Amino acid sequence: MSKKATSTVEKKDEVPATLSAQAPINANLSKPEKIELYRKMVRIRRFEERSLRAYQGKKIGGFLHLYIGQEAVAVGCCSLMGPNDHVITAYRDHGHAIAVGMDTKPLMAELYGKITGCSKGKGGSMHYFAPSLNYWGGHGIVGGQIPLGAGLAYALKYKGLKGAAMAFMGDGAVNQGAVHEAYNLAALWNLPVIFVVENNGYSMGTSQDRSSAGPGLAQRAEAYGMNWATCFGHDIYEVRATMDRFIKLAHEQSKPAVVEIDTYRYRGHSVADPDNTYRTKEQTEEYRRTKDPIQVFQQKLLAEGVFTEADAEQIDAEARAEADLAADFAEASPYPTPDDIQKDVYWESDNPDQRTSKGRLFFE
Amino acid sequence: MPVITYREAIRAALSEEIERDENVVLLGEEVANFHGAYKVSDGLLEKFGPKRIVDTPISEAGFIGMGVGASMLGIRPVMELMFWSFYSVAFDQILNNAANVRYMSGGLINCPIVIRGPANGGTNVGATHSHTPENVLANHPGIKVVVPATAADAKGLLKSAIRDNDPVMFLENTILYGEKGEVSDDPNLLIPLGLADVKRQGTDLTIITYGRSVLHSLVAADILEKEHDVSVEVVDLRTIRPLDFDTVLASVKKTHRVLIVEEQKPFASVGSQLAFMIQREAFDELDGPIHRLATIDAPAFYSPPVEVEQLPNPQRVLKAALAAVA
Repeated sequence: MSKKATSTVEKKDEVPATLSAQAPINANLSKPEKIELYRKMVRIRRFEERSLRAYQGKKIGGFLHLYIGQEAVAVGCCSLMGPNDHVITAYRDHGHAIAVGMDTKPLMAELYGKITGCSKGKGGSMHYFAPSLNYWGGHGIVGGQIPLGAGLAYALKYKGLKGAAMAFMGDGAVNQGAVHEAYNLAALWNLPVIFVVENNGYSMGTSQDRSSAGPGLAQRAEAYGMNWATCFGHDIYEVRATMDRFIKLAHEQSKPAVVEIDTYRYRGHSVADPDNTYRTKEQTEEYRRTKDPIQVFQQKLLAEGVFTEADAEQIDAEARAEADLAADFAEASPYPTPDDIQKDVYWESDNPDQRTSKGRLFFE
Repeated sequence: MPVITYREAIRAALSEEIERDENVVLLGEEVANFHGAYKVSDGLLEKFGPKRIVDTPISEAGFIGMGVGASMLGIRPVMELMFWSFYSVAFDQILNNAANVRYMSGGLINCPIVIRGPANGGTNVGATHSHTPENVLANHPGIKVVVPATAADAKGLLKSAIRDNDPVMFLENTILYGEKGEVSDDPNLLIPLGLADVKRQGTDLTIITYGRSVLHSLVAADILEKEHDVSVEVVDLRTIRPLDFDTVLASVKKTHRVLIVEEQKPFASVGSQLAFMIQREAFDELDGPIHRLATIDAPAFYSPPVEVEQLPNPQRVLKAALAAVA
């Protein structure tokens, strides 16, 4: 594990947009598989729009960081996961949760703070987890999850498993010390981790040129001798073609990498952000009109003859219905009670028959 | 029983648990090639090789966070902090991630990590290297906190900590590393977390303490017995969380007078919590107010003769004990 990384630096934009559909990882997709990718992106969007309505209706507390506009990134990346590939992300985590296969009912119930939520109402919007789907959160502190992502990769390598960890962060996270410490460890020990920077242009309300020095975010990987690339994140084929190369490098050579994926969020940083201080409505509209990841993919699938407009409309209707059902489920579910507060704190207190320690675990 | 040092006892616990469980790995600064900044891990690299004994860069947030992530996938990392004082740069990883991940996932994720290293004053290294964060750590539900005072306790408790499925913070002491004691070489002998130990029986005063302050209290107790005819019971908590309050209560009910001795700054310390609990649960048993001897409330003083007086020491314990039985 102590061998020095000897990685080569890759050039930016190695896969041109026009060729990504022909990359084997995309060309080999069946029609149903392509439709499933599309469906997941639509399901994420409708889920989040429904959650926004619930938030506005005061059904949801706290923060709500919407992923709308970025769907091609999570769906593209997570669609490449094999049995030993793992995902961890920050607080804009709904898209990844649906992308790895979590059911939308417990996701919505978690937002509503209900006992049927994926974290029993203890985590909320920023803290979704599904270990059985290799999804490790859902983390609230900017950049704090990145060393954990390196740790997932460390565990895979330690156990001799052929797998990779994808550690997602936003463009605001790249200036956190913990991120750089994780970069160094990953490169030093050749950990099979791909650091995915979802660059939506704004760390909260501060644009990249006001927050991050240097020529580019992914390029910082060069300082650690790591592979890196940038990628046009509005096209799911691009995302898959780029990430596939780095997942293979991680699987086959245990190489880490930094991949910066350009994307855009249509909503504010969170729904509490009035979104009128740092960018123009025109800019957001321009993205919606020309680069919307769902529209981009829909046009490709129509052109490829994968589905018809009627099929797309049906998928959309089903996604809306699913989101409504999730909201109905959440609405109908009971809240946790104060009796639940001290559950899930310690493994030992949750498994009293297997407890080996003595004494008081909780205090008044 | 073999007589070995506290340092050797910790090394024996590490060695036995690394041998017993293939998922146990020791990581930290200078633990491998350098043989440990305090030689705790001396010889382990040669015995177990570089997969199990891993030198990390000086990067506490990075490697402790990495250990937390690895533990979620079933590795049992033992992470050495060269000084517990450096926990401050890994605070987010320890107290947001390790402490909270089980809770925030609704109980889906375990974090069987041990973070260990020395946490003490008294070595003239100034305020940045002399923190005793057991109160800060214990303030975070989800975390367990162990502070062993003797070689035997260090070994038995560390073995339990490594086998524990919750994150355990294990606070050692550089001054104790050379202290010798009888320690069993039975690899199956564990001391459960959360079990206090009455290190000395007495009838007039209970001293509740832990860590190096146990040794000071025992010295003071001998003087009190011989020169002042005061019989002191010394209760060594050994574990801060979980807390063996039954043993504390039994002793209070026996002596009816209490002195808490701790190498802690007084504000919101472990002793503060104990004092609250004793008055709440044994008010009628007390023949006088609860007394406390803590570190004098200022950042750690460098100058060697003054630092000795800032910390608990036998003379300060003696004085405080006499006040408590007056």
